[in-house]
Amino acid sequence: MNVEKKYMNEKIEDILAFAETARWKLGENFHDHIVESIFSHANKISKEVVTVDKEQDRSGWELSLDKIVTSRILGFPIMFILLAGVFWLTIEGANYPSSMLASLLLDKLHPILREFSVSMGTPNFITGLFIDGAYLAMAWVVSVMLPPMAIFFPLFTLLEDFGYLPRVAFNMDRLFQKAGAHGKQALTMSMGFGCNAAGVIAARIIDSPRERLIAIITNNFSLCNGRWPTQILIASIFIGSLVPSYLAGLASAAAVVSIALLGIFLSLISSWALSKTVLKGEASAFSLELPPYRPPRILQTLYTSLIDRTIFVLWRAIVFAVPAGMVIWLVANVSIGGESIAEFLIQFFDPFALFIGLNGVILLAYIIAIPANEIVIPTILMLTVMVAGITDVGQGSGVMFELESISETGTILKAGGWTVLTGINIMLFSLIHNPCSTTIYTIYKETGSVKWTVFASILPVALGIIVCFLVAQFWFIFA
Amino acid sequence: MARKLENDCENCPIHNIDHLTKLGVDMEGYNFIVALAGNPNTGKSTIFNNLTGLRQYTGNWPGKTVSRAEGGFEYSSNKYKLVDLPGTYSLLSTSTDEEVARNFILFGQPDVTVIVVDSTKLERNLNLVLQILEITDRAVLCLNLIDEAERKKITIDERALSKKLGIPVVPTAARSRKGIDNLLKYIHEVASGEYVCKPYRIKGYTKKIKSSIYELTNKIKIAYPTLPNARWVALRLLEGDQKMIDSVKNGDIGKVVSTQKTKMSEAI
Repeated sequence: MNVEKKYMNEKIEDILAFAETARWKLGENFHDHIVESIFSHANKISKEVVTVDKEQDRSGWELSLDKIVTSRILGFPIMFILLAGVFWLTIEGANYPSSMLASLLLDKLHPILREFSVSMGTPNFITGLFIDGAYLAMAWVVSVMLPPMAIFFPLFTLLEDFGYLPRVAFNMDRLFQKAGAHGKQALTMSMGFGCNAAGVIAARIIDSPRERLIAIITNNFSLCNGRWPTQILIASIFIGSLVPSYLAGLASAAAVVSIALLGIFLSLISSWALSKTVLKGEASAFSLELPPYRPPRILQTLYTSLIDRTIFVLWRAIVFAVPAGMVIWLVANVSIGGESIAEFLIQFFDPFALFIGLNGVILLAYIIAIPANEIVIPTILMLTVMVAGITDVGQGSGVMFELESISETGTILKAGGWTVLTGINIMLFSLIHNPCSTTIYTIYKETGSVKWTVFASILPVALGIIVCFLVAQFWFIFA
Repeated sequence: MARKLENDCENCPIHNIDHLTKLGVDMEGYNFIVALAGNPNTGKSTIFNNLTGLRQYTGNWPGKTVSRAEGGFEYSSNKYKLVDLPGTYSLLSTSTDEEVARNFILFGQPDVTVIVVDSTKLERNLNLVLQILEITDRAVLCLNLIDEAERKKITIDERALSKKLGIPVVPTAARSRKGIDNLLKYIHEVASGEYVCKPYRIKGYTKKIKSSIYELTNKIKIAYPTLPNARWVALRLLEGDQKMIDSVKNGDIGKVVSTQKTKMSEAI
């Protein structure tokens, strides 16, 4: 065996030595010579077999369209208008189906289920846990999330299918380069707008470990699926009400787009800060090919965006909402010393939370909702009703109740002591807080490092607290 | 007359597509390995999904496939394992996704490599095609997005191209499933050895280069008799490709070849 190994080693050394001396003889530009000959052969072959009817060549319009959407002056405004248009359609279109679903699942079905359970002689505790906790949480998630997602995802997928997203990446590339990050981070960031866990995995396309880590850590600043509904709902209630009603939809859409753009801005700033401090280094170059514009396949887009995105996200939300609904019911109904656990925790968080322009309910809701951002709003509403002691909605404390319209949701929140500041700050905090548990786990799997996982989880929530604090102080001084 | 009819049946796409069974992730006891290679955003994943029935994420977006995806299908009573490789522009440079593709074609020894190209950008795509043909003897060229080329009034003489490259050339429009049946037919013919490829090899190197390549290739062949792409390894060594030098130095080349062989024999 040893003899054989030695013999093999000799042969390997012979190969390498021969290559080494031959390299000297062939000269430095041997590699270039090979590349050139590949190119010239490709050119020759394609000339022989390809004919292009120049007069009919339609790629002309593609080129001019590219010049417009990627231009230095018009690129960003076009991006802003397209995104705002998508949100406006979503906000305007989702209201009616949402209230229909709510009245069906919450107004009609919930009392029937409850009565049925009581008539079966089920203990109150079980009825509460399963019907008032698990079922209501699920019904709430479906009626709040399904309509906006069923409008938003197909529209977004159409833009993607048409080929617009890589143009966004192209526009963003310059900015990322300046931030000391990899240009491809623009792509992973765009993926993050769908799902942060997907964005974190997509960072594999970045070769340099330093730049990949930056892309992973900052991906959370892309507003994900689970957070869009929160933004849309809160903007409709608090921002829409600041302007005349015919402008409400537009103002809300603009507010949501501003939050999304703030996310992009934070992603750039924190990438820059990271590449100047803990992750120092030069940005590496890469080539990005702009794919051709393709006529979107409408039916296929509807199908894939409904199955792959809408149903997928909805299912995930339901899976997390059911146990969370039970937890909410428990903390609201189990009392220690005459006070429910929820009340105790809310009072505990309140001083600090009010100081940063939020409230104890919101902080508690964010802790309960770590598994999924989707259930933040249902949790907040349920807890608010309980603390504000509103009795004319729902079936009493600890029950996630039915709301027939967005304006009614607004009434509850305002009764719970919410102001425009609370609205603005929860939109900000929803953008800037820790990633959901799935994303945290994905970051751990991708980086293989506890240190970076903890860092990526703590950094945004710390930043969020600082931003909310600053906004609140300005508000207290000027308003 | 009767004979002609029979032939027509065999050539008819409807007849052939019946032989396709999508097996999803089931790759048990496959007879052949097929690799899907090509530039980014040419529709490899769409073809992969068409054949396996899986739903790899697709989109008008370069760089979706970051690692390789595998699936199975059955055609004309043969079982195939299909490997979707990340899109690359060349096999010469060394980013992670390009290396995944290069290592698989080089060491994974697929029975057929399907090279998927964007018909509207044939010239640029041919750069990769020529590089892949340097490595493998058995390939099928898939002229995908042919519908887009037609819209842009680009016509490709596929017969001349096939003759030139020495491999079958199949126009397809994978998004609307056009041409998939023909692609299957040629994959089958190349895998089973019915169609013998005579791949285009770049000639026209100087005498000095030729003799160096020849001598080094022989040395490598003696050291690793089972290595199928000795000439390509020789070229990379002469270029000073550091990754290739390293894998010769630490014996990785030998290892990959031997494990691949045992895997293959297990499968058979």
